[in-house]
Amino acid sequence: MSYIRKPKFQHPDLQPNALGFTRRDYEGTLTTLCGGCGHDSISAAIIQAAADMSLEPHRVAKISGIGCSSKIPSYFLSKSHGFNSVHGRMPSVATGANLANKNLHYIGISGDGDSASIGLGQFCHIVRRRINMLYIVANNGTYGLTKGQLSATADLGSITKAGDESLYDNIDMASLAIELGASFVARSFSGDKQQLIPLIQAGLTHKGFAFIDVVSPCVTFNNTDLSAHGYKNTWENYVSLGQIDFVPMREEITTSYSAGKDKEITLHDGSVIHLHKTDANYDPSNKENAINHINTHKKNGEIATGLLYIDQSMADFHELQDTVDKSLNELNSSELCPGNEALQNINQTFK
Amino acid sequence: MKPTDIKNPDYFHKVVDCQWACPAHTPVPEYIRLIAEKRYSDAYMINWHSNVFPGILGRTCDRPCEPACRRGRVEEEPVAICRLKRVAADYKSDIKDRLPSVPEKKNGKHIALVGAGPASLTVARDLLPLGYEITLFEKDHLSGGAMRTQIPRFRLPSEVLEEELHYILDMGINCRFGEEITSMKALLDEGFDAIFVGTGAPLGKTLKLPGFEEAKSNIHTGIEWLANVAFEHISSIGKKVIVLGGGNTAMDCCRTSKRLGGEQVTVTVRSGFDEMKASPWEIEDAINEDIPIVNFHVPKRYILENGRLSGMEFEKVKKEYDSDGRRLLTPTGEDPVIIPCDDVLCAIGQENSFPWIEKDLGIEFDQWELPTLNKNTFQSTNERVFFGGDSALGPDNIITAVAHGHDAALSIHLTCQNEDINDRPSPITNLSSQKMGIHQWSYDNDISNDVRYAVPHAQKEKTLNDLNLEVELGFDEQLAFNETMRCLNCDVQTVFTDKLCIECDACVDICPTDCITFTNNSDEQSLRGNLLAPAPNQDQDIYVSDCLETGRIMAKNEDLCLHCGLCAERCPTSAWDMQKYLFNTAKAEHACQN
Repeated sequence: MSYIRKPKFQHPDLQPNALGFTRRDYEGTLTTLCGGCGHDSISAAIIQAAADMSLEPHRVAKISGIGCSSKIPSYFLSKSHGFNSVHGRMPSVATGANLANKNLHYIGISGDGDSASIGLGQFCHIVRRRINMLYIVANNGTYGLTKGQLSATADLGSITKAGDESLYDNIDMASLAIELGASFVARSFSGDKQQLIPLIQAGLTHKGFAFIDVVSPCVTFNNTDLSAHGYKNTWENYVSLGQIDFVPMREEITTSYSAGKDKEITLHDGSVIHLHKTDANYDPSNKENAINHINTHKKNGEIATGLLYIDQSMADFHELQDTVDKSLNELNSSELCPGNEALQNINQTFK
Repeated sequence: MKPTDIKNPDYFHKVVDCQWACPAHTPVPEYIRLIAEKRYSDAYMINWHSNVFPGILGRTCDRPCEPACRRGRVEEEPVAICRLKRVAADYKSDIKDRLPSVPEKKNGKHIALVGAGPASLTVARDLLPLGYEITLFEKDHLSGGAMRTQIPRFRLPSEVLEEELHYILDMGINCRFGEEITSMKALLDEGFDAIFVGTGAPLGKTLKLPGFEEAKSNIHTGIEWLANVAFEHISSIGKKVIVLGGGNTAMDCCRTSKRLGGEQVTVTVRSGFDEMKASPWEIEDAINEDIPIVNFHVPKRYILENGRLSGMEFEKVKKEYDSDGRRLLTPTGEDPVIIPCDDVLCAIGQENSFPWIEKDLGIEFDQWELPTLNKNTFQSTNERVFFGGDSALGPDNIITAVAHGHDAALSIHLTCQNEDINDRPSPITNLSSQKMGIHQWSYDNDISNDVRYAVPHAQKEKTLNDLNLEVELGFDEQLAFNETMRCLNCDVQTVFTDKLCIECDACVDICPTDCITFTNNSDEQSLRGNLLAPAPNQDQDIYVSDCLETGRIMAKNEDLCLHCGLCAERCPTSAWDMQKYLFNTAKAEHACQN
């Protein structure tokens, strides 16, 4: 843990975004995680993504559970709303917050313990309910906070720093999310910000439940050569679907793209995801394909990364529930209490 | 790009911008840290070994270090390096027992130094401890050269000057003061093993315009007039004074005039205010003393009234550029301006002059009347004769003269020992880790965000009435401490070991100024554009590692690194380490050790 404040001096050429903020304005407090923790790179990617998108910090809510991963909302977007909840219960709190105010950007931060073990049930239900949010699992395959036991996402045969072998197959969070009906599923690596930042931006813009499983090595307890989630194994075995760019709605598209190999996905607000695919046949709108793709690479000991699945036609929770357009705190008293006549009308329907 | 060779002594030296910019390469951050620890004598001695006159330079230096200071690039104002140097001098205890001892048994070599200014005294300081016998010739009856004659006492008090001159004079020099050398041939015939010429640039220029001859008793050359004031030959001036010129001499002339009875003192410069050669702080001090500086005024003639100087006529000009982009001063066509005056001080430049060096001694001069020198050794075309200071390369400043002195002393030493003068010892360097604990360093990396502290001044009412009362009071200890905390410790280097790096991005994520990038290698120019934050400042290097596991390289832009050490604190494998780089130029004593 570093003791000094991060110096306030910044690169003089750091360009302010449309709101006049630089990336530094989206930072949080100085991290208390181990130096080299992948989670810090996820924080940095979120900071960069939010700055590039000119997100208004006060329109963002960060919600997390318990674990090293769940500490990181402190380390980014310090001017945003935050809720550090109970172990495995981030989905409940996120659901509640989302019900109360549908007009914020929700970033849920969880880990493999928080989402794949104690909170697995909660995870399944938030996916199924299609809450409009970005859900990030910082996945290191170990319980770092309790000093390195195997987690439920540790690959079969993976060996802990203490020498314990994982006897069970892992829960694949990305496959699970696709199966349960998530409309945006991606996987990335904390070390590859070129891929992670556009995925975060796309996930924040996507209307519906967006899930990113981020391989985020635990540098202290799970970074051995025998660990599937260490830096070395991930650098050697992660397979990307290709370069991805995110162009926010308000920006002019300046990059040129070659037809055939490249694919453009226009999101609901007009923002565009550009996929420069290494595999021209990959279709991210096909669920079965996506799961096959993940499994095929897994068999080869590889980690499939990139935007694995996207379905923009799926209605989100609020559409299905036909909720009011405004957030609840914006409703005035006459809207909240429409009076005796309205009550009588409702009562009439029960007669 | 090829991996950076950090073994090259220049590489990390260049990162210490202040030290690199200093002609004498004083280890600035090292002494600033010592001042923060109140180890003033230690800080003083680091300076003394490097620049010989810390108390004098702490008041008068041209400060090439400050425009170079990295703080000026990440914030607005550089660290007040020069005035911190003064703090070391002001608060030190008696350091006489730390001065080098001079052997009683001499080495049999006898060196003549001509002119007792900073260059010659530096040569004496370097050679006396090695057993050389030194004879110092000075045309005036006091030593110090330009430090005494051209810098007024309200900027440099006598006691500070005398103290530092005497540290050297008291080492045992044969002083032949008041003796002007009129023949180099005669000096060579005295049988000295080497002769060092440090006679400065003694000729002030005057402006010969119509009316000059008639008015010349009231037209003075700036440097000569200042010297006469310093030696108390002059103690008054007319009520109305015009100072011609925009350099530091002009600033000293106008401020001195103000103290000698000048009531209306005006500085006029031909070109624009922003083109003035004087240091910004000296201009500021003159303005603070209510001295108007009139720009774009070209002097045309001296005006006489009853046979006596009564004013000067100026033509107003404006700045224009011709088709080749050259700056021109073209008349505005307005009526000429007449400024009344009783005296005119010409501070329009100074020149070298060697009428005493005979042409047949093998000492060659170039078209500007400067000696033909080897610029590394300061040896002239006569191998026994060396030059330094203003007399070597033309008018410059004290710190440059000191640097010349060190180099010339080394050359003289090598020559006298019959060694190759061009085979010069390497600089003395040391690179050592500052790691004290997991996140603790032996330097204070928690730098202050404060803006530059101003040095307090004495009351103007008092200083303007006393020629010898120092205007600047200097930092007190608390202010000095606050200012030291602004130093970024650029000498504590970020040293990268590629074999240890696991490419986790921890350093990239934490760096406050986006200095570090892991990327594919390419040529320098494309790399500069591809970094996380582009690196357009070509004066600052890119630190490049060898190829890493993923095939990428680490590229660090040295330009804006705060040396805060956070990259090394966050690095899980100690691939980054903060290592203090001490650099000292090799001096004559180091050749001796070899």
